[in-house]
Amino acid sequence: MPKILMKGAEAIGEAAIRAGCLSYFGYPITPQSEVGEYMSRRLPEVGGVFVQAESEVAASQMIYGAAGAGVRVMTTTSSPGFSLMAEAMSYIAASELPAVVVNIVRGGPGLGGILPSQGDYFQAVKGGGHGDYRCLVLAPATVQEFVECVMKAFPLAEKYLNPVLLIGDGMIAQMMEPVDFDAVKTEPQRDVEAWATTGCKDRPRNVVECLWLDPKLCEDFNFELIEKYKKMTAEDCYFEEYELDDQPEMVVVAYGTTSRIVRTAIEELRKDGYKIGMLRPITLFPFPFARLRELSETSHVKAFSVVEMSQGQMLEDVRWAIRDKFPVGFFCRMGGIVPSPEEVIDFLKQEFVTRGLKGAVS
Amino acid sequence: MKTIFERPQSMTKAETHYCPGCTHGVAHRMVAEIVDELGIREKTVGIAPVGCSVLIYRYMDTDMQSAAHGRAPAVATGVKRVRPELCVYTYQGDGDLASIGMGEIVHAANRGEKITVVFINNAVYGMTGGQMAPTTMPGQKTTTSPKGRDVNWCGMPIRMSELLSTLRTPSFVVRSSLHTPHHIIQSKQALRRAFQYQLAGTCFSFVELLSICPTNWGITPVQSNKWLEETMLPYYPLGIFKTPEDK
Repeated sequence: MPKILMKGAEAIGEAAIRAGCLSYFGYPITPQSEVGEYMSRRLPEVGGVFVQAESEVAASQMIYGAAGAGVRVMTTTSSPGFSLMAEAMSYIAASELPAVVVNIVRGGPGLGGILPSQGDYFQAVKGGGHGDYRCLVLAPATVQEFVECVMKAFPLAEKYLNPVLLIGDGMIAQMMEPVDFDAVKTEPQRDVEAWATTGCKDRPRNVVECLWLDPKLCEDFNFELIEKYKKMTAEDCYFEEYELDDQPEMVVVAYGTTSRIVRTAIEELRKDGYKIGMLRPITLFPFPFARLRELSETSHVKAFSVVEMSQGQMLEDVRWAIRDKFPVGFFCRMGGIVPSPEEVIDFLKQEFVTRGLKGAVS
Repeated sequence: MKTIFERPQSMTKAETHYCPGCTHGVAHRMVAEIVDELGIREKTVGIAPVGCSVLIYRYMDTDMQSAAHGRAPAVATGVKRVRPELCVYTYQGDGDLASIGMGEIVHAANRGEKITVVFINNAVYGMTGGQMAPTTMPGQKTTTSPKGRDVNWCGMPIRMSELLSTLRTPSFVVRSSLHTPHHIIQSKQALRRAFQYQLAGTCFSFVELLSICPTNWGITPVQSNKWLEETMLPYYPLGIFKTPEDK
């Protein structure tokens, strides 16, 4: 199929349908309401289910129910709405159900704004709801990559019986870019008869629950989760390396929208001779700790920088990854302001000076 | 030897954890009997609440999902919409349904979800230890209304059947009681009719069952049945509030 020009939010909806997700429960919130609008039109055409819930609380509990019944299901929301879904995220993780959730992050805290932000990193990566659990978190940077990640999210959720969370922002959801839906082959759903509430015909009953009144059993389950997250780290940690193969002095870490600006900045700086590259995490959990640490232990890398639309949430993970071997330069814009390439270039040039690197002189 | 009484096939052999005199056991059994009688065990999914009946999934030998506090109607919506061939019911207490879950129950009813809701109203929070519920009677002493429910600050008890019957979406709404054998027989008839409406794809169905909680009311089961009759019945009248045939 040729590429078609499509708005990010609508492409997210279409990608889910192409991945075999025929049920969507959601609540309108800017800047991603177009996903629900799209699904309300498209799902009936393909025999699917669309429900506009009364709240994000209810929408997320509906996907808990639908996931428990063993179908591919998705909801989408934006930051304040995702806070309301925190309860269900914890239950979905604890009940070990596969479900896909998209958070189009907007400026915060509070009601915040509607423009792009990365201020929900902690909430996405460190838990968000109560208890010890993790989502597998994907952070695509383009509409095309978002489509591919949505299509991969369902098999990943089924592989781990765990919620998969995609985070983006209004830049991606509202922008139109060319999309090729055939770039990813859809994987068929795994068999659900062992655990899903499909009716106990010719098998023992299935129970979807997450209550352990015996603390030993609850602890045992937590140990099982640790093993699950180790497996994710070993098998499904994704990142992109950009201009890292010619022994750069500086590694910039950025994801999603900011990675696109950093990419432009690096293109410009390289024209002036700066030896600089980027590591772009695609999964924020599992985070590419090991690769960042490897880079920090090479002889050529002398500095790290982070560019983020938050107060420095991912920065903490980068500092931990390299065990603070170097000071990590940090540049941020927040509250819905996307950094310009010029200010990122100025920041990175200054970092070369501050860290005493050769920079353009080399 | 002729068997005249036995465990419903739709119940497991687990012993329930309920207090002496509690009516949850009666309500569970009635639901299981109806599932057996309608021959729907293999296509039934029950949604458990948070509250005393949180462990109902241990007692029902059908597929079950548990729900977060108050969210059972949303979870049931998710199951029923994607698998409409299933029979999906929620089983919820008054704290779960009428307090924290008020939004979910009203909207599930208003969308006309083809599910059945079994609502146990015993005018108190049971599992957490006898706190005031939205359904606690005026003047009723609980651990959070030690001088009795003061309606000046807490409002009057919420009558869920009356409230839901104001919605214009067709539904079946009935209030029954479990305080005498006669009322238990009536309750089972109401429950059967509620499940039949679902199986026919007709409408949302809601059965409120007035129940007793001797432990948290601090009186004997016999006194509890009397208190229900004298205190709750005048405020919570029994009967069918709405049928899908209503104009």
